[in-house]
Amino acid sequence: MDNHPIEQHIPRLRRYARALVGDRYAADDLVQDTLERAWNKLHLWRQGSDMRAWLFAIMHNVFVNQARSRRQDIERHMEELPIIAVRGTQGQQLELIEVDRALRALPPDQREVLLLVAVEQLTYEETSRALEVPIGTVMSRLSRGRERLRQLTAGGPGSAPLKVVK
Amino acid sequence: MTPVSEEDLQAYADGALDEGLRAGVEAYLAEHHDDAARVQAWRELNAALRATYNPVLDESVPERLRARPARGRYRHAMAAGLMALGVAIGMAGGWAARGAFHDLPLAGSPSPGFVRQAAIAHAVYSPEVRHPVEVGASEEDHLVRWLSKRLGTDLKCPKLGSLGYELVGGRLLTGTNGPVAHFMFQDARGGRLTLYVSVMRGESRQTAFRFSQEEKVAVFYWIDGKYGYALSGEVGREALLRVADVVYKQLNP
Repeated sequence: MDNHPIEQHIPRLRRYARALVGDRYAADDLVQDTLERAWNKLHLWRQGSDMRAWLFAIMHNVFVNQARSRRQDIERHMEELPIIAVRGTQGQQLELIEVDRALRALPPDQREVLLLVAVEQLTYEETSRALEVPIGTVMSRLSRGRERLRQLTAGGPGSAPLKVVK
Repeated sequence: MTPVSEEDLQAYADGALDEGLRAGVEAYLAEHHDDAARVQAWRELNAALRATYNPVLDESVPERLRARPARGRYRHAMAAGLMALGVAIGMAGGWAARGAFHDLPLAGSPSPGFVRQAAIAHAVYSPEVRHPVEVGASEEDHLVRWLSKRLGTDLKCPKLGSLGYELVGGRLLTGTNGPVAHFMFQDARGGRLTLYVSVMRGESRQTAFRFSQEEKVAVFYWIDGKYGYALSGEVGREALLRVADVVYKQLNP
């Protein structure tokens, strides 16, 4: 069987879903729902347009539709979230597990933007289209998400340890 | 110097700034150390995020994601499971009179009713995407305590990591004789196994391992005291036996 373009994007959809949802099975469930919808809506995909952005847009919709039940999970995660104090010293690498934990503490809309830009390396324009929000909203979510993540990882390696950010 | 906006700084950190604007931002950052530190932290966060999640790209894609689903595949699986369930309920009266499951391919004596029910539960819940279990593996202790209480025994949840299966979670089901504990496991490719633990009616007894093929679902089952155990999966008999053996040994150390 020829490798369909949709199939080539599965690893990246899994990466994004894992980062977005956290739990491996829940993430693959999200990918599975996304793929099912994509296969069924393939006739709606415009030939020549960026399939990856289209798939991320579908995943965003599936994710948002599931958000109500997920919200409780997220809140539970946040309650369990220990105080993160990775004291950044110059040049020290952030511990990756802490990055994942800190990411969970972000509101989902900020997490989505940050991941699409930083990990999936979509342009702001593509991110705006995938999430169906104006570019200005992308930029403000990106800014807030980043700053929050920087605080949660105790200022990050580049700044003074445990700096109080108002 | 042209004023530098917060958005310019973001774009600079993401490498998304036009060449024309980049030099201006760099000149600005050279004189504004707080902002330079922030931008540097963002860049490191970008790199840390990629380093955290890039390993997912190298994992093998679970089988369940590779299939091109026929339209409504999961709904069909569910419908088939429910239809079988309807048949099972319809035949429950007949089961008391024996012979209710004569149409199934059986090895030796007819399998007890709980085996068929276990296979149906597997067919219904294992394709489930959003709610495969009631209580997830993250709350394993709670799950085991809860189901133990409902079944009136000290249940143990087998650890199958050495065989490549991790606990997804579990749920409470209803069986002919009351509550049933249902545990689900999954391998790296998304293949799922379920363990069905039900209370048996009548005197306590013991059986050897027995195998039953319930359409696509393979089941190894045994009765130990007052409890019937059934391990189900859409896998080959040998593979399932290996798991069943480990499950049995862990439950009976």
